[in-house]
Order: sequence, then C-alpha cells, then structure tokens
Amino acid sequence: MNIAVPTREQREAKLEGMGCKRKRVEDIRFTQGKGNYVDDVKLPGMLFGDFVRSQYAHARVKKIDDSKALKVPGVLAVITAETLKTVNLAWMPTLAGDVQMVLADGKVLFQNQEIAFVVAVDRYAAADGVEAVEVEYEDLPVLVDAFKALAPDAPLLREDIKDKMTGAHGPRRHHNHIFEWSMGDKDLTDAAFAKAEVTTKDVISYHRTHPSPLETCQCVASFDKIKGELTVWGTFQAPHVIRTVASLLSKIPEHKIHVIAPDIGGGFGNKVGAYPGYICAIVASIVTGKPVKWVEDRIENLTATSFARDYHMTTEIAATKDGKVTALRVHVLADHGAFDACADPSKWPAGFFNICTGSYDFPVAHLVVDGIYTNKAPGGVAYRCSFRVTEAAYCIERAMDIMAQKLGMDAAEFRLKNFVRREQFPYHSALGWEYDSGDYHTAMNKAMEAVGYKQLRAEQAEKRAAFKRGETREIMGIGISFFTEIVGAGPSRNCDILGVAMFDSCEIRVHPTGAAIARMGTKSQGQGHETTYAQIIATEIGIPADDIMVEEGNTDTAPYGLGTYGSRSTPVAGAAIAMAARKIKAKAQMIAAYMLEVHEADLEWDIDGFRVKGLPEKSKTMKELAWAAYNSPPPGLEPGLEAVSYYDPPNMTYPFGAYFCVMDIDVDTGVYKIRRFYALDDCGTRINPMIIEGQVHGGLTEAFAIAMGQEIRYDEIGNVVNGSFMDFFIPTAVETPKWETDYTVTPSPHHPIGAKGVGESPNVGGVPCFSNAVNDAFAFLGTRHIQMPHDYWRIWEVAKGLGLHG
Amino acid sequence: MAKMHVKMNVNGAEVESLVEPRTLLIHHLRETLNLTGPHIGCDTTHCGACTIDMDGKSVKSCTVFAVQADGAMITTIEGMANPDGTLHALQEGFRMMHGLQCGFCTPGMIVRAHRLLKEIPNPTEDEIRFGIAGNLCRCTGYQNIVKAIQYAAAKLSGAPMQEAAE
Ligand code: FES
Ligand code: FES
Repeated sequence: MNIAVPTREQREAKLEGMGCKRKRVEDIRFTQGKGNYVDDVKLPGMLFGDFVRSQYAHARVKKIDDSKALKVPGVLAVITAETLKTVNLAWMPTLAGDVQMVLADGKVLFQNQEIAFVVAVDRYAAADGVEAVEVEYEDLPVLVDAFKALAPDAPLLREDIKDKMTGAHGPRRHHNHIFEWSMGDKDLTDAAFAKAEVTTKDVISYHRTHPSPLETCQCVASFDKIKGELTVWGTFQAPHVIRTVASLLSKIPEHKIHVIAPDIGGGFGNKVGAYPGYICAIVASIVTGKPVKWVEDRIENLTATSFARDYHMTTEIAATKDGKVTALRVHVLADHGAFDACADPSKWPAGFFNICTGSYDFPVAHLVVDGIYTNKAPGGVAYRCSFRVTEAAYCIERAMDIMAQKLGMDAAEFRLKNFVRREQFPYHSALGWEYDSGDYHTAMNKAMEAVGYKQLRAEQAEKRAAFKRGETREIMGIGISFFTEIVGAGPSRNCDILGVAMFDSCEIRVHPTGAAIARMGTKSQGQGHETTYAQIIATEIGIPADDIMVEEGNTDTAPYGLGTYGSRSTPVAGAAIAMAARKIKAKAQMIAAYMLEVHEADLEWDIDGFRVKGLPEKSKTMKELAWAAYNSPPPGLEPGLEAVSYYDPPNMTYPFGAYFCVMDIDVDTGVYKIRRFYALDDCGTRINPMIIEGQVHGGLTEAFAIAMGQEIRYDEIGNVVNGSFMDFFIPTAVETPKWETDYTVTPSPHHPIGAKGVGESPNVGGVPCFSNAVNDAFAFLGTRHIQMPHDYWRIWEVAKGLGLHG
Repeated sequence: MAKMHVKMNVNGAEVESLVEPRTLLIHHLRETLNLTGPHIGCDTTHCGACTIDMDGKSVKSCTVFAVQADGAMITTIEGMANPDGTLHALQEGFRMMHGLQCGFCTPGMIVRAHRLLKEIPNPTEDEIRFGIAGNLCRCTGYQNIVKAIQYAAAKLSGAPMQEAAE
C-alpha cells in the first residue's frame, strides 16, 4: 500500500487556521434564506405588541383612553404605566445609573416616547389598536438646543429627580445637568496654555446620528406559567447581560430565564441596551400567558431606540511656533437626551473619551465632560465605536488640522512631528491610558507613499491657483486622519456593566472523534465569529476549522460573557478562546506523553499534534489524542477533553491607522466626488484578512454616511425631521466610494495571539478623514472649521457664505 | 375583514390561500407561507430587504398587497438554487467574494442581482451599482457585493473568474 504522507504545507492548509482567508460558514445558510432572525421565530398562539407613541417632545399626559382600542377586533390588552406600576416596572434602571420610563408616567420627554403597549392577535390588529388609543396631552416648553440646557430658566425636564442634586456620577449643578466628569491635570494644563506660543480654540460638534442596522430591534417573550420560566428571543448583542437585567427587574430567578439571541441583522451598538419594547413584551407575556412578539418599525428605531454621538467639543491645543504640541484642553457638552441611558461601562460616564489625546505626545491635558438632558431620545450607544472613541478621534483629528493650518504647517508633517514614538510604548497618556503598542511613523510613512502624498499636494496647489485665476469651479481637498483607538473593554479593575466585570468567555469541548464545539459569551451580528473563532482554535490545537462548530447566543449553553460591542470580541473573547484551547492542548500533551512513553517535556507541538523531539516519526495527532482522552486516558487523569476560560484582559488594546481621502468639490452645486479613499489599519495579528477587509469596507461606508449627511435632526419643537429611510442618509452602492485597504502589523504584547480588534477602526478613523477633506478643500479660501455633516446643501451653503456664488 | 382567495406560483409550486385584502405580500410570504428568507428593513420602500422576483421583475414585496399578486409567478431566495439542488452562481459568488456579513440584506440582494443579470448579462461595475441601488446594505460597503455579482456574471457566461475576495 502506498499512502502519500501529506506535506507540512498540506497539513497546515487543511486546518484553515489563523491568517487564512477562510470562506464564511455563516454564508451557507444566509445565501439560501435560511438564517434564523428574531422575526422568523413563530410560536403557537403568539401575540403581537405595538406601541402608542408620543406626538409631543415634552408634554404632560393628562389621560390615556383605551376604551375604543379594546373594542377593536383582535385587541386583547392595552398596557400603560399604571399597569406596569402593579409589577413595579413603570420605570427601569439604565446602564448609566439613571432611571428611564418604560411607559410614559405622567409626562413624555421626547417625540415618539412609548406611552402604551397594545397587545393583539396579529400585527395588523395591534396597529389598529394603536390607532384607537386616545391620548390627551398638555404641551410643555421644549428644550432642544444643548447650549440652552443649563440656562437658569431652561425648562425642567426630569421632575422625578428635580430635588436629587447628586447623580450616579457625582453632583449635579442644574435641573438638566446629569454629571460632570473630568480627567487630567487642570493646573498644569492651564499653566501650559498660559505660556503657549500658539493656541487654537474651536467648538467641534459631532452631530446626533443613529446606527440603524438593517434589522430593527425586536423580541419574542414567552412565559411558561406552569414552570415559572421565561424565554426571550431577541436582537441582543449581550444576551447574558439581558438575562441578568431581566432577572433583576422581573424577580424571576436567573436560572429560569432563557435568553436566546439568534442570527442578528447588524447591531453597530444599537442592540446593546434594554429597551421598553423588551420589558413590555415580557410583561405582556406574563399577563396573557402567551408568547408575545414585538418588532419595531424603522421610524420607531430611528426616533426612539437610542442614538449615537451628539457631542459638542470645545477643543483647545497649545503648541510651540515650530509645531510641537504642548497641551490639550477639551470641554464637552454631551447631549444625552431625556434619560441617561448611555451604554458605557459603569465608571465611564463619557466612555473612553479620554483617549482624545489621540496618537500625539501631549505632555499635559485636561478634559471636562458635562452631561445634560434635552427633549430627545435617550440612548448614547457606541455606533460602531468603543464608547465615545469616535467622538474623541474626531475631536483631536479636526483640531490637529486646525492647528496645522494656523501654524502654516503641512497637516501630515505636523502629525509626524507629534506622534508618540515607537520607543515610547508602553506609553502613558496625559489622560490616564497605557497604550500597549504602536508604530505610528511606519504606518504614516507607508500610507503617504501609497497615496503619493507629495504629488497630491502639488496637484492641489495647482488647482488652487487655477481656481483663483477663475479657470475652474472645482476645489480639491486632501483629508488625513491618524487615529488611535482603545478597544477590548475591559480589565475588571476599571470596567464593569451593572457590577459585572467585563471579562469574556469560551468553552471548548473536543469530542471523541476529534471534532469540537466552542461556546462563547459573545454574539456576532455579522462579524463572522463562527468562521474566525474556529480559525483561532484550529491553529491552537490542530483541529481543522471545518470540524469545529462555534455556538453563541444561547445563555443556557454558553458560558457567561459580556457580549459583542466596542470591538471587544477579538481582544477579550478571542483571548479566552486561545486560553481555553491551551488548556486542552496541555491535557492532550499529558496524554501524548503517556501514549508515546516519554516525558511531556520531550514533546513538541507540530501543526496538528505532538511529536517526540528528535524523533518526528513518533507522534500523535490531536485526533488520536481526542480518542484516547475518552478511550484510554492515562491512569490518574480524568477522561474527556474540555476546557473553559474566563478571560480578564490585563489592558485594553490600541489599534491604529492612517487614512487618506481625496475629494473634489464643485463650489456651484456643492456636489463632491470622493476620488480616492485609502485606509491603512494596524489591528495587530490578522486572523482572517478577508473578514478584516470586509469590516473595513463596511465601517468606512458608515463613516462616509455619518460625515457626509447621516444625521438625526430635530426642529425647534422637538420633532425628528428625518426619521425614516426616506431622508436619513444610508448610502446606496451608487454613492458609496471605492475603498483601498492596506495594513501594518504591530501585535498587542499582552494578548495571547497579539490581536487587537478591527470592526470599529474604519468608523473611528473614517469620519475625521472625510471631514478633514472637506475642510481642507475650503481652507485656502479662509475657512477654519466647517461643522459636519457635509451634505451637498451644506457644502453649497459654505461656498455661498464665502461669496463664491457672486 | 372578509378574506379573499389568491393563487400564486411561488418557487415553482402553486399555492392557494385566503388573505385579508390589506395583507402585504411580504407578510403573506413570511407568515402564511413560512418563507422567511425575504426580510423587512424599513417602512418606506427604501431598503429592498423584502425584494422578490414577481412576473419577471424585481419587486419590493412590502409595497404590494398579497391580493395584487393573485396569479403571479414569484421567486424568493428559497427558490434560487438550481433545479439539481446546487447553489446558484450568485449564492456561490456572494460566499466566495465575501458579499455579505449579517446576511439580512442578502436574500433581497441576490434576488435583485438575479434579475439584473437577466436584464444585463455582463454588466459593468457602474451598471451593477446602479442596478442594486434599490437594495441597502449596512454591513459590507457594497464593494464585495459588486464583486460577487461579477463572479456570478462570469460564471453564468461560461468564463469563471479567478480573483478571490480581498
Ligand atoms: S422592507 Fe424595506 S423596501 Fe421593503
Ligand atoms: S450584510 Fe448586513 S445589511 Fe447587508
């Protein structure tokens, strides 16, 4: 018999481990319409719930008359705050330490706030019921402008806490004030500004927007009265946290709550929080004894279920005349809407905004964030972002451009001059972080070369001259952004959610035949965890990725984890996978030593098994060792081959990148064209380059949307004026630019496989890059800072304001 | 509400049902016929997640009443595979070129691309981008969707392409 022995390359290729462009296992079901999303869940006797919502942004609710609604065929119940009070659920705690109305209790505080929950036999009857509920309002003065929130005569929004002058994050100094949070050294910073040669000060606003995944938020709650058990299927980025919250609120013991997050149609931060819809569906199921489905529509999603950003950042930089930064001072007015329901780790009311020193070596810095209430939807989620890092990156990257302009320095040169240098890592930032690793100069130089930066500036100079001579009506902008992110929350010493430390987990079971299942505390919403997690295990323990099933989202079977957001899956859960796999490998090594009759130390790992050092023909594959673990374990060793790891990261990870955008703008129409967009990302070790590129494309497209028009805008009486896909900007394939991607690799020194996370980098770095391109295009005509979003009309307005339209 | 009798051919099978006149086709497909491939992503006919093929046209099934589909020939994502059970070139292309992430837009996107390739068998990139502009994707940034459609076009015209996803 002649058996061909596979080569090392063949053995390695067979694993489809880390670094390979493995095709996604998820796609097999998704391309055939066989995904299983929440709205696909159908249970016998299932009812449907729908909300009556407020037409007003601020009003007293005088009366809710449900008598007509209850006569509508198919309508079974109308739940109001009064109903919820009987189970003590009219209000619920938020992740940020505030409380929030589940259903309007006496007043409404934002347009489309939930007032009543109509339960009916199907979604049509529920909608009929909603139409038939009559609400009597008395309107109150509306507060929309964040800058007026703290005026002495500003309307009082939160009557429930008007006498409570201390909140979850310290003292409140006004009835619309939530917290003041400060970081850094005020005195040293003030002193540096006092003697600075050059300073800038600008209000840089990052407008309110919304993550709007293609699937809205939804759930099915099913309470079994006999067993006293509650099962909830939902669009949950963090299923275990939802289980804990549901247990604390409903008093149902946690082991009797089963939370299942099936396939999720995109999350982007929108699906982290607990929303009134979930609570109402659960209560409705308990009350009716039937399963209840709640599916919000797009308008409800955009106007009521969270928001992102809404930061007004007064940013000051001090520098020397020759372009060395000496201090940074930032004050943020943070508009949190009607309730502080921001999804941040408990101790971080402004998330990780204190990463706002960016990639630059600021000797001193001081930051103050004031959180305030307005008559807008609550939420403050991290839209493809790690807790306010996008805001921070926008703040510093715009401000650096403004300072470069003031100094008369090239924006790239100014950045190169101020980067944290490679030998400074681990680097302690002035606002308290320890950056684990980085090589900014290498990345920036590579990017500048790739885009032909010098030539671009030369071309721009020519175009500007031609414009001034009246030979063209087009101006050219070169946008630069060099961002540093902070992701992978986080170390238990400073990160928790409702008191639960932000570790994450993985349990691996290797079956007798050498196939395996891995169960995780995270939850993919499109990131491809089923594919990439298996790749990590494949490399670690030598089982082909195709023989490993990854399962997430079922709290009964998965180990407790904090979920997927803030680019934490790879930094935290990815590390848990490697650690669990290494426990399995250690046990397999004991079994191999016994079988091969050598000491463990005489063995070495070789792709897919152990071999005796110096005697490569004496070896055992992982497949053989798995069988032995169940068939003939060494004396004294427990049978089986399983491991679980709860990973508490020692530090965050700090991905970074250099982005360039080339844009041409027609000053007469405001129409811009993205000529080129180049993104270099350094996310450390790359697990699946295909998926990384895909994440970068997606994140850049969201960044493009946000910078160039995507906004939740309110009129002066608090109506959302663009709350549907009709006018909320979601780019189609036609508007979306083409993306060029590139990379450098600086592995994280503290992560077991050196990976840092990438999903959010393109959103973080992309927004300032587009905005800087617009600003750069106009700068030679005398502008200093043009606020986002930069839609055609607003760009046209800028040109008009400059007198370019004659 | 009085129900009406409708009969349609869905993925090759004749189906008859009684529906309320106001029932949207997407709800009829998803809830009565259990075809949960087409999805719902908006209320304003913008997202295309609900796209099906109806009488030789791409149709947003959230904006058609089931009764309007009486007598229609309908194909949903569930009916896209080849008669021998192998996957359609588009289904294969989307996987090969990484043209999907969360998968929520994918059924509508593939069904739309199917009709596009019937209309224009060898589309240019611009024609593809314009041709799928009625379908929104929040995850991919479209670049790999374009490639997936190019992959399928090449395969269907007998000249398979070699280039893999980035
Ligand atoms: S559901 Fe959005 S177009 Fe039909
Ligand atoms: S893959 Fe998520 S919307 Fe397209």
